[in-house]
Amino acid sequence: MATAPRFWRENPSRYNLVGFKCNACGRYHFPPRILCPQCRRKSVGKIEPVRLHGTGAIFSFTEIHEGTYEQDMNKPYIIAMVEMDEGAKITGQVIDCDACDLSIGTKVRTTLRKLSEEGSAGVIHYGYKFIPVCNGPEAPADK
Amino acid sequence: MRRVAVIGTGITEFGELWDSSFRKLGIDAGLAAVEDAKISAEQIDAMYVGNMSAGRFIRQEHVGALIADYSGLAKDHIPATRVEAAGASGGLALRQGFLAVASGLHDIVVVGGAEKMTDVSDMESSMIQSSAADQEWETELGATFPGLHALIATRHMHEHGTTREQLADVAVKNHRHGSLNPKAQFRREISRDVVLKSPVVAAPLRMFDCAPSSDGAAAVVLCPLESAKKYADVPVEIVGSGQASDSLALHHRKDICTMDATRVASDRALKMAGLSQKDVDVAEVHDNFTISEILAVEDLGFFAKGEGGEATEAGSTALEGDVAVNTSGGLKARGDPIGATGVAQAVEIVTQLRGIADKRQVKDADVGLAQNVGGTGATVVVHIFRRA
Repeated sequence: MATAPRFWRENPSRYNLVGFKCNACGRYHFPPRILCPQCRRKSVGKIEPVRLHGTGAIFSFTEIHEGTYEQDMNKPYIIAMVEMDEGAKITGQVIDCDACDLSIGTKVRTTLRKLSEEGSAGVIHYGYKFIPVCNGPEAPADK
Repeated sequence: MRRVAVIGTGITEFGELWDSSFRKLGIDAGLAAVEDAKISAEQIDAMYVGNMSAGRFIRQEHVGALIADYSGLAKDHIPATRVEAAGASGGLALRQGFLAVASGLHDIVVVGGAEKMTDVSDMESSMIQSSAADQEWETELGATFPGLHALIATRHMHEHGTTREQLADVAVKNHRHGSLNPKAQFRREISRDVVLKSPVVAAPLRMFDCAPSSDGAAAVVLCPLESAKKYADVPVEIVGSGQASDSLALHHRKDICTMDATRVASDRALKMAGLSQKDVDVAEVHDNFTISEILAVEDLGFFAKGEGGEATEAGSTALEGDVAVNTSGGLKARGDPIGATGVAQAVEIVTQLRGIADKRQVKDADVGLAQNVGGTGATVVVHIFRRA
């Protein structure tokens, strides 16, 4: 079992989608890195932490029936690769919907949810998941 | 750089081998390879062992020294090195052995690969396999290893019109090949229907789209080509070796329907060999999932992007096809003891080029290729072999 700091140090990105903009090439990336993978040394001193807006569209998705320990209670669950509006791609769960309601291109937004817990008395880990964006009158209020 | 040949091969049975420990498997394969090469222990200069995760599968690290010890090589104090690149560990161990002989540093090198996966539960095994992906930004968010390949499959079907049936055809073909391989884990043919009705693992991938968990080991013996005839009637030369890396996480790739590392590694290997894709008669590719073989046959340049599914359906990758792919049964049917897989691929290609593959022999096989993938494509190793 991992210690809590193993997860805590990632919390800014897990809770608030903190990635970065490389001011050498103008691209947005997630999660944070020391160097822009495109610009490398030219990006030194030009990495600007930014919080992604949290909206994007499904690039690919799957419904997982054989899960991991952490997700075991929730099977089946949906995992998607989402292309955020800023251009970065992120992998995460899609919730509050059925797989048959989704397709490539479906608009989603992030929401903060429980990711996993380390046993009944262990640390609870929170982070982003995705929910489909509805256009109708029942659309949820903005986060 | 010296030219390098394979002069001996050894492989264990692959499967759920409850009576066999990791060290027994490693020694069985190594001993078979050494006997095949007709060399003695004193002649061995170095050993490389491909292994992904003995630390988590059997709670044993330091397996280079372990295998050297139980091979009886500790008393000669040979250098023994464990090599790890997830699923590509075996292919990478072969490359280290190749480089060691090519450089002139060592003359006779044993390359082994081994994994003992069934000492842990299926769930634990899945968790360990998923550590080949990005643990912090894929796995911990709920992405499983089959799940990441399902993302590739969904997108490939969307962009290129690959069908669910074509994915199934990969498994059907590889099971048919496996039925002809006495060392395969699954030696039974299956129908398309069996694949399509098997339980969903990560949609659209089903159980029969996934390679099994396996115990097993494989080994080859390498030496300079100029002395290979002393040991082997039909030495097989390693004429090309290529390795490439890519982003660890799938979501950072330029195009998730293409494994760029496969493209680059095979270009490098073919360039070294002075050959082209058209020269390849037989290939072992990393079909840990059916979609992976579709990508492999496209990215290796056997078929254009988007045509791998159709080519499979048309039988172009079968034993009697344009390029025989996974004659051993592949990871799907031969089995996939992770660290052993890349070496097992080399064993199959050498067997084919020696012309001793029996019922699964590809006629007049002269050039063979092995493609070994780590993670979802973050490491790819490609080797080209030719009858010497």
